[in-house]
This record gives sequence, structure tokens and C-alpha cells, in this order.
Amino acid sequence: MEKWYLMAIVVLLGLTVRWTVSLNSYSGAGKPPMFGDYEAQRHWQEITFNLPVKQWYFNSSDNNLQYWGLDYPPLTAYHSLLCAYVAKFINPDWIALHSSRGYESQAHKLFMRTTVLIADLLIYIPAVVLYCCCLKEISTKKKIAHALCILLYPGLILIDYGHFQYNSVSLGFALWGVLGVSYDWDLLGSLAFCLAINYKQMELYHSLPFFCFLLGKCFKKGLKGKGFVLLIKLACTVVASFILCWLPFFTEREQTQQVLRRLFPVDRGLFEDKVANIWCSFSIFLKIKDILPHHIQIIISFCFTFLSLLPACIKLTLQPSPKGFRFTLVSCALSFFLFSYQVHEKSILLVSLPVCLVLSEIPFMSTWFLLVSTFSMLPLLLKDELLMPSVVTTMAFFIACAISFSIFEKTSEEELQLKSFSISVRKYLPCFTFFPRIIQYLFLISVITMVLLTLTTITLEPPQKLPDLFSVLICFVSCLNFLFFLVYFNIIIMWDSKNGRNQKKIN
Amino acid sequence: MAALGIATGGRNWFSALALGVTLLKCLLIPTYHSTDFEVHRNWLAITHSLPVSQWYYEATSEWTLDYPPFFAWFEYALSHIAKYFDQEMLNVHNLNYSSSRTLLFQRFSVILTDELFVYAVHECCKCIDGKKAGKELTEKPKFILSVLLLWNFGLLIVDHIHFQYNGFLFGLMLLSIARLFQKRYTEGAFLFAVLLHFKHIYLYVAPAYGIYLLRSYCFTANKPDGSVRWNSFSFVRLISLGLIVFLVSALSLGPFLALNQLPQVLSRLFPFKRGLCHAYWAPNFWALYNALDKVLSVIGLNDKWFGSAVPTHSPSFSDSHGHPHLHSDGHIGPRGFLRCLILCALSSFLFGWHVHEKAILLAVLPMSLLSVGKAGDASIFLILTTTGHYSLFPLLFTAPELPIKILLMLLFTIYSISSLKTLFRKEKPLFNWMETFYLLGLGPLEVFCEFVFPFTSWKLKYPFSPLLLTSVYCAVGITYAWFKLYVSVLTDPPVRKTKKQ
Repeated sequence: MEKWYLMAIVVLLGLTVRWTVSLNSYSGAGKPPMFGDYEAQRHWQEITFNLPVKQWYFNSSDNNLQYWGLDYPPLTAYHSLLCAYVAKFINPDWIALHSSRGYESQAHKLFMRTTVLIADLLIYIPAVVLYCCCLKEISTKKKIAHALCILLYPGLILIDYGHFQYNSVSLGFALWGVLGVSYDWDLLGSLAFCLAINYKQMELYHSLPFFCFLLGKCFKKGLKGKGFVLLIKLACTVVASFILCWLPFFTEREQTQQVLRRLFPVDRGLFEDKVANIWCSFSIFLKIKDILPHHIQIIISFCFTFLSLLPACIKLTLQPSPKGFRFTLVSCALSFFLFSYQVHEKSILLVSLPVCLVLSEIPFMSTWFLLVSTFSMLPLLLKDELLMPSVVTTMAFFIACAISFSIFEKTSEEELQLKSFSISVRKYLPCFTFFPRIIQYLFLISVITMVLLTLTTITLEPPQKLPDLFSVLICFVSCLNFLFFLVYFNIIIMWDSKNGRNQKKIN
Repeated sequence: MAALGIATGGRNWFSALALGVTLLKCLLIPTYHSTDFEVHRNWLAITHSLPVSQWYYEATSEWTLDYPPFFAWFEYALSHIAKYFDQEMLNVHNLNYSSSRTLLFQRFSVILTDELFVYAVHECCKCIDGKKAGKELTEKPKFILSVLLLWNFGLLIVDHIHFQYNGFLFGLMLLSIARLFQKRYTEGAFLFAVLLHFKHIYLYVAPAYGIYLLRSYCFTANKPDGSVRWNSFSFVRLISLGLIVFLVSALSLGPFLALNQLPQVLSRLFPFKRGLCHAYWAPNFWALYNALDKVLSVIGLNDKWFGSAVPTHSPSFSDSHGHPHLHSDGHIGPRGFLRCLILCALSSFLFGWHVHEKAILLAVLPMSLLSVGKAGDASIFLILTTTGHYSLFPLLFTAPELPIKILLMLLFTIYSISSLKTLFRKEKPLFNWMETFYLLGLGPLEVFCEFVFPFTSWKLKYPFSPLLLTSVYCAVGITYAWFKLYVSVLTDPPVRKTKKQ
């Protein structure tokens, strides 16, 4: 592209913001005995380096699973092992078995932050740049603006470089998967997505849309000919990549079972801590966690999740298109987030990634969603003392989106992709022409509520009887917003007819 | 919603740029800060806790007050806000006190006083004509100038990481330049006089102001060919300028004159005992001189090495060499004044006494104004800026700040080179092969100094080699830029009075 230097500047800006955020505190800093996710990642380096593979997921005297036992798939373990080798080269004390527990130092923090930056630079950022460069029917300026907004998305930056995690690896692989599959490099795309699932099992939230889209492609090519060949090839790719990743754990049945037990802790309950999904919000009124037994809880959440995502997935299978695929990713991931079992607040990032991808198509709603997603993680960010970076990055993101896409001028029905829906509605209610107005007011209310709640949480102390009042309020408000978005995205998918697609708006 | 739309629409790009860089400055709050942080905390304490008569005598801390009185009053004003953040920082005996609230207060005071700089940039943009502009916003000279000034790498790392208050001071200088461009001479003179009493380093460029004001303000008319009409000298105007300078100085130094403390104040402001070179060598002529001297002494041709010892050259040599180019033949307009100012700043940097490497900003920032006007100036600007900014690298020597300085440097350099190349794409290329080679050489130099050298055996024997190398390499570039600018000033056609500035 002719403006490569502008893209370079965008990437440099993204990296600068990331590194400056990483200068702040991390999860569990200076908080013995358990510390936080930072210590968990360090501990996994210790375990994977010092113990043989067979003992990684098992409880033993050397590996106490109660103290941050491995609960991600094998690829995370291999990544930790790689980092451990580098750590050993620099300072073996960082990963010495047992004695390095709770190790904290400036040099170690620098090392850990660098590992996140390198992983990001190698996997996530190239995927974003490539995705934006390959976007069709928009100008170079908009492509660069899109890349800037995705790279400035606060949620991912704050969690990866603040709280401390490696979400950019799994999200990056998933994005490579989306790229591959959207541009007909199906095998490579599915390979990338399998790597994503094998890095973090939460990527399964994205698996249904991938499955339906690829299945739909096979159907379209005809199940008696090329379609069938493609199906077989895909199946082989998936199976091969899983075998490759899980090879050391396939030797014994006990190994595989134990890993699965660690990855899917069904004993832990419908939700843990405060999260902006239906079950947590519902439990304000009715404590379902205590009333219903575990297996009923699993069945209920299963049913709700699948019922809510079924329409979109069926449509994607019958009419596979890259645009439908992207929107189905959003709605599926959102359904899982709202209704699934044992969801953590950080899982909202799995919804944020697909929303980032549709930023140039529906800038106003996407920006709104991404702001709410960052807001929903506020209790976690405040616990990690990341208030200043949160506020600054959110403002920077908002300004970048507002200027790049002129979002406040794009609230007409057509730009919100609600044209076909509102035409259908007008068949029954002829006077219904004020969609944009409603949405604008809702946006204002939402933003004002978020700002007020943020200010209250920072400045006031919660009442003694309700110490979690503010966190619960934040989760509840975010959940309401997410429900609205679930309905909105499903409407877009279902009313996106063939006619609608022919009238593609050129941005 | 429509109003919000217009507010955030493409028309308000300047606010977006200003807000964006302010947010970046907020992100830089937890970075490393140098002893200058303690210096300013100490001055807050001195001005708050002690009476005026003690300000220039107080020496509990080694960081004594060595800026002119207006800056002391500025610290005094700040201290009244500081007491709401953390009362303890205002205790003179709390040496090296840096609680989180102190840090927050100090950092925010720099960020907020930068608003004056933002305003000054806005005024400067009005003085740039946009005739060369393409239709795209990002190709307009105003936009490029705004980015070059607001997002200047040097200012960001010196003010918001290393910690200083250069932002609002350069704001005063740029504002005075803008006023002179707008022919509001008395305001410009007033602003500059005020600036001098905030930080006396700006004395370096005072001759340029003096000559230009004399020529353009005191001589009220020109002959048709642009040269001065000698009999149009206006004594009234001269007196009014003198009065402005006198009143400002009286306000500043008056109280200390009354207290009979003027010699003490002056000795604090001009510490000639400190030596020719600062702790870190500024990449100027003396660095080259010292390096050559060292090389010769190593070879055995010379027994003396001056280093940072008491010099044999007197300060007057430094000063006198700085200004031979000030010729008042009457052919200078605002642009000529700007060139003169930059030359003064550069000459003083190259040959001056106890020069800090940060003083390169005195030349870089005004040069930005010229860079969007002509291709030749853009070329000089890029060489000067890139080498000048690189010479600031040794200021940030901590590991966590290494990625920040590299990323920001790349950001600024890539933007400045690509935007100016695009602006002047219809003219001949900005750099010849030699200049390109030199600028690209900065990359390997950085890799060697920061990544290779620390792991070699030379680190123990010659620990200051990276500083020496950086200093000498940059000195070459800065001297070259100075020379090119000098040549362009002497050989350019004279400014015609009828040309719209």
C-alpha cells in the first residue's frame, strides 16, 4: 500500500501505548500469599521448566495445583517453557523450583513485560495490519484509521500489559484464522484457529461460527464433489493440529482426562466473582447458584446459550459470507459470554475482537460496544491500580474512533445497517421512523451511566452492608448493555438479505 | 448529536492532536525521572517555606535556585496548589522526597503548563500560508507543523520523562515569534523579555530579537527595493522597546536589587566555575575538540586533555564566535529573523559555555516553522532534528525507558521525514546520498551503544565510550546543519517587502 509509513506510525503508536501501560502495576503485585495472574504465569514457567511433561497437569508434592495449577491447554504450557528457557539464561532464580515463589523484582517485571510485547508483535499486530490492508471497498485512509482504532482498543491493552496475560496470542491466532477463512485459505485458517483453541480453551466461543461457515462453504461447493474433498481436508487439518499439540498427553488416557478436567472445571459453579453476564445479574434477584444443583445449572446454561446463538449459526451455514461470518462471530461469542458456564470478565475480549473487525462497517455501535466492554472490567482494573491508564486509553480510543470514522454523523438507519429491519417493522407500525433517535438517546444514557458509576466507584466508599455494591452495579449495567447489543447484532444478521448485500455502502 | 458530530468531525484536528499528545503525556507519568524532579521539588519548598530574601541564599540541598526570579515566582504559585496534594514536599529538609502524590502533582503541573505551548503552536500555524497545500488534511503545512511541534520528541522526553518545564517556556518563545510575524512588535518584545526572566538560557537568541526589532520596528519605512530608509528611525519606538525591557527587568530583579542581593543572584544564574563541558557532553564543537584532543593524547602528540577541567578558553571566545552573521544590511523580514534566531541558537549551542544537550531544542523548535516553507530548510531541519534528538538518548539510560525512547524517536523521525518528503515531492529530493548514509548510520550506532557494547569487555575499560561516540557522531551532523543553514542565509536572495509573509 502506498501509505506504508502511515501504517508504520500507527503500529509504533500502538506499541508506545502498550509499553507505557506496562510500566504500571500488575495483577497481585506485592500481595502474598497468592499474588495474581502475573505470579501464575511465572509459576507455569517454573513448573514446565523443572518438571517432566507428564507431571504438568497433575497434583504432586512438587506441583501444588491449588497454587495456580495449569488450567490452559498445552500450547500455553509450551509457550511458558520457551519463556522459561530465556529466563534461565538471564537469571535462574526467577524459575527455581519452590524457591522462586512470589519472586518480584524490577528486572523480572521487565522480562515478563517483554515476553508479552514480543508475543504481541509476532502474532497479533501483524494479523491486525494484514486484516486492515486487505479490507475491500474502503479508502487507504480508512484502512489506516481502522488499524489505529483496533490497536488502541483499551480492553486488550489493559489486560495484557496491565493485569498481565497473553490474550494477544490466542486472539492473534484466531484473527489469522478469520483472515485465512475469509479469503479462502481455509486450511491455513483452520490450522491457525486450532492453534488458538489449543492456546486458550475460551476460544471455543468462536468455534461454532468457524464450523458453520466452513460447513456452509462445503455445502455451497456441493457435498458430492469439491465440497466433500474440502470437508475431509479440513477434518484432517483439525485432527492433525490437535494431535500435534496434545501429543505428550495422548499417551495415556489418564493424562488426557486430567488435562480436560483442568481445562473445564465443571465443579466450580455457574459463575465466579462478579461478571457482567445474565447469571450474575440474575442472582441479584434470585440466588440460582445456591438453589439449583450443579448439573442442572450446566444444562440450563447450555440450553440458553445454544438457543440464543442457533438462528445466526443456521443462517451462516445456509448463506456463508465473510460479512455474515464476522457478525456471527460477534453474536456467538456474546451469547456464550452472557449465558455460558464459569465465564470470567476477561472473556469479553473474545467478543471485542470480532467487534473490532466490524468497526469500519458500523463504527458508531462498535465504538459504543468497545467502550462498554472496557467499562465492564473496571472492578478488575481498579483492583490492579490501573485507573490512570484505563481512563487515558479509553479517552484516546474514543477520540481516535470519533475522528477517524466521524461516528456521530453516522447514525442513520442505513449506516446502522437497520434499514431492512426498520422496513419490516414499518409494515406493522407505519410511524416508526425514529430509530436513530432512540439509539442516540440510549447511547447518551449509557455513557452518562458509565461515567457516573466510574466516578462513584473511585470517589465513594460502598456502604458497610453491601461492600460489593459498586461492582455489582457495574456488572448489571454492562449486562443490560450487552443484552441490547445481542439483540442488535442478531437483528443485523437475520435481516441481512441478499438484496441488502448488493447495496453495500461504500465508506 | 449533530453538534457533537461537528465538534468531533474533521474540522477539529488541532484539538485532537493536542488532546492526543496530552493523553500520551499522562501515560508517561510513571516513567523514570531525573534529579531535575528533586530540583523542582526543592524549589517549591524553598519558595513556599522561606522568605524572598532567602531564596537565592538557601543551600540545604545541592540543587540551589539558579533560574531568574520569574521562575521562582512561578514555583511559588505552584506551591500553593502543591500543598493540597502533599504538604510534605514543601519541607526544605525533605531531600529526595517523592511520594506518589508529589509525582502526580509535578507531572500534572508540566502537562497543564504545556497548554501555553499548545496555544503558541496554534498561533504559529496561523502565520504559515497554505498555498502549497494539497486537498488532503494530512498534507497541509499547518497540519504537519502542528504535529512537528506538538509531538516533538525532544520536548516529550525532556519534559515528561526526564522532567523539566520547557513546554511553557518554548510556548512563550513561539508566541513571541508568532507576534513578530503578525507585526505585533511590542507584544513580541514583551513576551521575550518575560521569557528571559523565566530562563536566561534564551539570552542565546536575544541578539536576533534585538537586531530584528531595531530593523523592522524602529526603522518605520523602507525604500522600494526593500532596504532600510535610514532617516525613518523612530526614537519613540526605540524608547518604548527599552521601556518594556526595563519594566520587565525591574519587576523581576527589582526586589533583589532592593535587598542588595543582585551579585548573589547573578552568580547563581551564571556559574562560570562549572567548566566547558557538562556532565554529559553536548554534541557541540567542544565535544569534537575534546575528542580530537583525547585521540591526539592517546597517540602521544599532545599531553593535555581538557575534558571537564577548568578551561583555558575564556567565555568571551564562545560568545564572540556566535554572532558574526548578524549583518544589519536591512534585508530581513520575519523569515530572515527566524533564520537569524536559529543560527544564534545553533552557534551558541556549538560554541557555548557549559552547554546542556537539551539546548538543542532551542534551535530545533523554531526550525520547524521554517521547515514547512522551503525544501532546502526542510532538509536542514531533518538533519538537525534527527541528530539533535538522537543526542538526547543518553539522558534516558534506564532499561524500562529504552523501548519508549526508541519507539517515540522512530515515530517522530518517520513522520517528519515522510510528511516533509510528501510536501516537497515536486522538488528535488531532500537528502543526497551522503546525508542519507549519515542518518541511517544512527541505527547501527544505537544498536552498538545500547545492545552490543554492554556485553563486551570494553565496558569496564572505557565505560564512557558510548557517550563519546554518540556525542561526536551527533556533533558532526549538527555542525553540518549549522554550516548549511549559514550558507543558505548568506546566499539566499533578499526578502522583498511586497512578499506576503
